[in-house]
Amino acid sequence: MDNPALSRCRLALTLLAIAPFALGGACLRGRAGGARDIVLRDLGAFPAPQHRLPPDASDARLFGGLDLAATLSSGQVAHSAGVLATARTLILPMAERITPGLAGRLSGALDDGTFCVLALDEGVDEEALHPALADRLAFSLDLDEIRATEAQALSFDLDSVAAAQTLFSRVTVQPDQILELATLTLTLGISSLRAPHFALTCARAHAAFLGRDHVTQDDLIAAAELTLAHRATQLPETDPPPPPPPEGDDEETPPDETPENEDLDLPDDMLLDAVKAALPAGLLERLASGAARSATGSGSGARTKSNRRGRPLPARPGRPDQGKRIDVVSTLRAAAPWQKLREKGDGPVRVWPSDIHIKHYEQTSDRLLIFTVDASGSAAIARLAEAKGAIELLLSEAYARRDHVALIAFRGTDADVLLPPTRSLVQTKRRLAALPGGGGTPLAHGLEAALTLSLTARGRGLTPTLVLLTDGRANIDRQGQVDRPQAATDAQTIARAIRGQGIDALVIDTGNRPEPALSSLSQTLNATYLPLPRADARRLSAAVSDALDQ
Amino acid sequence: MTDPFPFSAIVGQDEMKLAMMLTAVDPSIGGVLVFGDRGTGKSTAVRALPALLPQLTAVTGCPVNSERVTDVPDWAKGAGTTTHRIGTPVVDLPLGASEDRVTGALDIEAALTRGEKAFQPGLLARANRGYLYIDEVNLLEDHIVDLLLDVAQSGENVVERDGLSIRHPARFVLVGSGNPEEGELRPQLLDRFGLSVEVASPKTVDDRVEVMKRRHAYESDHAAFMLRWQAEDAAVRERIVTARETLKTLDATDEVLQDIAELCLKLGADGLRGELTLLKAARAYAAYRNDTAIGRTHIRETATLALRHRLRRDPLDEAGSGARVARVLSDTLA
Repeated sequence: MDNPALSRCRLALTLLAIAPFALGGACLRGRAGGARDIVLRDLGAFPAPQHRLPPDASDARLFGGLDLAATLSSGQVAHSAGVLATARTLILPMAERITPGLAGRLSGALDDGTFCVLALDEGVDEEALHPALADRLAFSLDLDEIRATEAQALSFDLDSVAAAQTLFSRVTVQPDQILELATLTLTLGISSLRAPHFALTCARAHAAFLGRDHVTQDDLIAAAELTLAHRATQLPETDPPPPPPPEGDDEETPPDETPENEDLDLPDDMLLDAVKAALPAGLLERLASGAARSATGSGSGARTKSNRRGRPLPARPGRPDQGKRIDVVSTLRAAAPWQKLREKGDGPVRVWPSDIHIKHYEQTSDRLLIFTVDASGSAAIARLAEAKGAIELLLSEAYARRDHVALIAFRGTDADVLLPPTRSLVQTKRRLAALPGGGGTPLAHGLEAALTLSLTARGRGLTPTLVLLTDGRANIDRQGQVDRPQAATDAQTIARAIRGQGIDALVIDTGNRPEPALSSLSQTLNATYLPLPRADARRLSAAVSDALDQ
Repeated sequence: MTDPFPFSAIVGQDEMKLAMMLTAVDPSIGGVLVFGDRGTGKSTAVRALPALLPQLTAVTGCPVNSERVTDVPDWAKGAGTTTHRIGTPVVDLPLGASEDRVTGALDIEAALTRGEKAFQPGLLARANRGYLYIDEVNLLEDHIVDLLLDVAQSGENVVERDGLSIRHPARFVLVGSGNPEEGELRPQLLDRFGLSVEVASPKTVDDRVEVMKRRHAYESDHAAFMLRWQAEDAAVRERIVTARETLKTLDATDEVLQDIAELCLKLGADGLRGELTLLKAARAYAAYRNDTAIGRTHIRETATLALRHRLRRDPLDEAGSGARVARVLSDTLA
């Protein structure tokens, strides 16, 4: 009872039971077992029927459809009713694994307000419930803070919940309370408009729970703590410091946001304090580092299991819906041993629904190594030759690893794509032979060309990785003028854009002495920094392979 | 709460609402792309469309909502011989939808139980003469995108599979929404959208309070709220119907064409689709305002919508392409 996380969890679930459809649901984050099991054991207060939905549920399971198994076995058309048609409470185990498609459909269905969701998020680190779905659930509760022994105490008083349910619709709110919540969400940097509405509904449910027919300050405090804390992206005191932009290029950023925020009356301190007390651990660090939680399930690159294309995996028993392909041979093989037993009808082979096997494929997207090579005068011709050798070596290895390679050289006032993405060693050799040297170091141009190429490649399903070989003394800015400070600034700006796209990078310093500007550039890129003075082709390629395989 | 939240009751988001209106006036503009944060009313607006848009005349039971009995495709079973009024179809294309569900495929039910080779129409058939809505359009799988590109271009869905050879009309307004942080859209698909809108959640307290109040009223005092706003929706609907008539009377003068061409040239918009869309959008806007001729005002108000997504991407221009259009606009049409 003393554990604040526990009392918060109990209160949130009680309020959800009072207004399940208006509040949408809760995301319960925590490992299986322990506190979570105890929470799940006591779901009597939530509307029935309750259904569990696996993270890969098909449309037929959701919305209903032809029940192929039943149709086959009975010889009569049999339809199955979808879960959404009847369910009033939907429990989603392994919610972090929900595909974007399913999350989208559930989100759409949630907007109709006919059921509520308990999403059991077992995610580790950055894995999390799909944001579209998370935005539609009022609560997000961390169960790992609760010990199983404490959780014994979690139980609902069904009578008081029922009483509160009848009272809920009559709970009134004052306009200034709405104003207060709207101001608070703005102060906390919560852009979604669902958040203040959830806070309002939650406050009403809280008032009903305490037997009142109007919302008071206490209700607002409880609601803010439960529905707004986990959505906060900023706090008024710790205004996220404006990203340290290099001087001079600020005129483009819309200046209208900050003043407007200052005009706001700061919301009641009590509300803000409540939110602060309930802030999830580590949120501020995350905000400070500017790392946004990545969307789950979709990113390009990684390995994807597919039912339609890619490398074949062993066939598995399954149901042939949603465009999956039946593996005829496996199906027949599964049916074969039973033919003797099933031998009573006519027809040569008797296939039963349980025999059906579905094809599965695994797809790995190919990696594209984009070598961005400094061909300026400062990068001595010798080093350039080593770089060429390294690329050839890497490419010969890359063939086995199914990597593609591209080469961009920057020199003078421009950057050229010397080698468009390819896996052809012959083509690479021919193109590299013509790699010219000399001139200034337009680092920004080189990075920009690499960024453009990466985005194009990503559109074609490749996973781009950038390898930058330079001695880092940028001296040509984006306008093509000789201007050292501006050149460095431009390079940093584009590096930020590259990082923003989530492109992996590796920076190899080929200068005789490690260049500080380059190491700060690699920090901006979130890249590995490798000073490799006097590296020969073999060491270079080994270093690149090592860094990439990490 | 069976009635969706009414379109007119959405606070602010004028640009998005205008874009939807323009495509309602002239569906040939070719779709709306809405990019922005979550919880800014994107899906609310789309779900409100069926209640807002004028009704259509369609043959009863026709899978592709044909207007006349003679238009009903020969494979359609169970289509009647009379017509009735239906709401404009707004069809959801869910992210994980298989190709079969989108284009239609062999009717497995008929094949298994009756041994018949019949065509089961897909989402494209249902969306004919209406709207096709794709939420999280930037996460759509590539093979579905390819398929949509082709159909959106030709206005016809061709199915050649499972021993079937079927074609049917599939003209629809494509509405896509998404969050730009989760991925870019392929330029080819981007180009198929006539208009593009960037939405952000309201930044003033007043607007946000208004949103909360209306939402609260929608839930707690549903009947009265709907009565109030359905009247507003009806007024908008009247305006759309009138504008559709006005549209036919509006011709573009040479000056207007000149302005549009100059604007697109200065912006370096890819292809000619930009010019054509801007012309249609300006005309639809003039019709919507019940003006008698297309003028610079109409171009000015619709140029950002029609051109913003057709510019070459500049990774460093943080102001966004909307600002670039506005800049060139004020230079050109000063």
